[in-house]
Amino acid sequence: MEKPDNTYWRTNLKYLSILLSIWFLVSFGFGILFANFMNQFQIGGFKLGFWFAQQGSIYVFVVLIFLYVFLMNRLDDKTLE
Amino acid sequence: MEQQLWIWIMVGVTFTLYIGIAIWSRASSTKEFYVAGEGVSPLANVLATAADWMSAASFISMAGIISFTGYDGSVYLMGWTGGYVLLALLLAPYLRKFGQFTVPDFIGDRYYSKTARAVAVFCALIVSFTYIAGQMRGVGLVFSRYLSVDINTGVFIGMGIVLFYAVLGGMKGITYTQAPQYCVLIFAFLVPAIFISMIMTGVAIPQIGMGLEGADGIYLLEKLDGLHKELGFHQYTSGSKSTLDVFLITAALMMGTAGLPHVIVRFFTVKKVRDARKSAGWALLFIAILYTTAPAIAVFARTNLIQTVSNKSYETLPEWFSNWETTGLLTYTDKNLDGLVQYVADPEINELVIDKDIIVMANPEIADLPNWVIGLMAAGALAAALSTAAGLLLVISSSVSHDLLKKIIYPKITDKEELIAARVASVFAVILAGYFGINPPDFVAATVALAFGLAAASFFPAIVMGIFSKRMNKEGVISGMVVGISLMLFYMMKFKLGFFGGGTSEDWWFGVSPEGFGTLAMCANILVAILISYRTPAPPKAVQLMVDEIRKP
Repeated sequence: MEKPDNTYWRTNLKYLSILLSIWFLVSFGFGILFANFMNQFQIGGFKLGFWFAQQGSIYVFVVLIFLYVFLMNRLDDKTLE
Repeated sequence: MEQQLWIWIMVGVTFTLYIGIAIWSRASSTKEFYVAGEGVSPLANVLATAADWMSAASFISMAGIISFTGYDGSVYLMGWTGGYVLLALLLAPYLRKFGQFTVPDFIGDRYYSKTARAVAVFCALIVSFTYIAGQMRGVGLVFSRYLSVDINTGVFIGMGIVLFYAVLGGMKGITYTQAPQYCVLIFAFLVPAIFISMIMTGVAIPQIGMGLEGADGIYLLEKLDGLHKELGFHQYTSGSKSTLDVFLITAALMMGTAGLPHVIVRFFTVKKVRDARKSAGWALLFIAILYTTAPAIAVFARTNLIQTVSNKSYETLPEWFSNWETTGLLTYTDKNLDGLVQYVADPEINELVIDKDIIVMANPEIADLPNWVIGLMAAGALAAALSTAAGLLLVISSSVSHDLLKKIIYPKITDKEELIAARVASVFAVILAGYFGINPPDFVAATVALAFGLAAASFFPAIVMGIFSKRMNKEGVISGMVVGISLMLFYMMKFKLGFFGGGTSEDWWFGVSPEGFGTLAMCANILVAILISYRTPAPPKAVQLMVDEIRKP
């Protein structure tokens, strides 16, 4: 009884750490800390650091939440079987 | 006159709709009043969450701020969206599983202590009041600009309407009115942006348009950087704040977003734990539509504005210029008497002062769009301000009737009495908020942005530690919250209001602005909580079992 509960929680924590690392990387990393470095690259009229700060990070945020929804729904179904 | 007529039509139709919905969906039990009986349809709930979140500030001021500060404005874009990732991953599903009405409910039960609950109620009230006063002011401003009544009359009308549907409908009424309010506000925000993007770049999607070339074949952003350099402003795409400050402000806004009681309470209204995660995702998607459009509007408006006015003869400026001059939001003084508009960074030479709120509101006029678009903007701005005010109002009334009255002072209260108490509390809250809207004390303007710092320094760590640590106990969390919110209040009063000897940006600790200080106060909260919890007894078995329970699927 104790063991499957633990697996569920551990897997959840694993998902969290991966997704939150990406969350940190695109916003605080690309958008802020490395923004000057990223700004050397350009897509269309956007400097890349600026693009991450004002557009890219927001798109990634949306994707991250839906990814978590997908992963957790799958995990829930597996655990409750 | 035709423009005024359109405004009245748009505002009239949307308001009739809101009031009709409020009457149809009035609440009959405390459960309906606080969490809409947990039975709101997922789509309505998601739209309501988005409308609740996007306030007058997001709708009117944000694009303007970005327009004037360029890259520095990114803190709001990332901060007010990135918080939803934290919400969806770290808070919402567990709080829904826990299954109570309010944030202080969770703090009180998880930390088995009335003191913890009382501290949480206190924090919730401070955060919500600073926020709602700003909203009422926003309602007043919009009414006065678009309906040509004075600001105070505007605040009274706004008070009346919010009161009507919040008191009658509670969470249920608010949710069902916020859903159409979202549709109104997003439509009003997008229409001018799409028109302008088409005019300037030939592409209808503003998010793409802002990275394209203008009619002259030069990238808009490149041109803007060039214009800024020429006029002595800092570069548009790189900004002027220090990296450390940008980092800390963004973090404080994110953590504050995830800790704001009126946002969290939304996830108590969904049916299942799964729905809580999914709702957060859809809510962020709907919010992201506005938040990714805002920086595009900022770029279009900035380029347009500089090209229209800079070094042009005052006599030949278009009509919207003089329209907005009469409101006092735009002022021109011909310092060197050459009849031209010098718009530069140097305040000695600069002749044009522009209020940031103009950018969004005057956008349709600057781009020469039809009058019905301007009517739509008025309805959208009002929807944004009213929906946020109503959501906050509910948090305040439930804090008083549920957390304070039922759970602390008078536990024997019946459901019916509690419902009456909740309604009475919301009447008082509206009156108080309206009072602050009409007589805005200086601290309101200073503290609205800082409400996030306060939430980050108090609620966010308390809730997260309550879920992710079984060892965290009441002694630790109470001292953490008290230290966090006191530090934040102290720093805010010292550097924003000039108490405790005041100080300028030279005196900021480690060069951190008050807006970014919430992150440091949060770290202090966590540190104190951990240190104290390990020197005091572990929480009782029952509480540890409760934590196990909320972690299960």
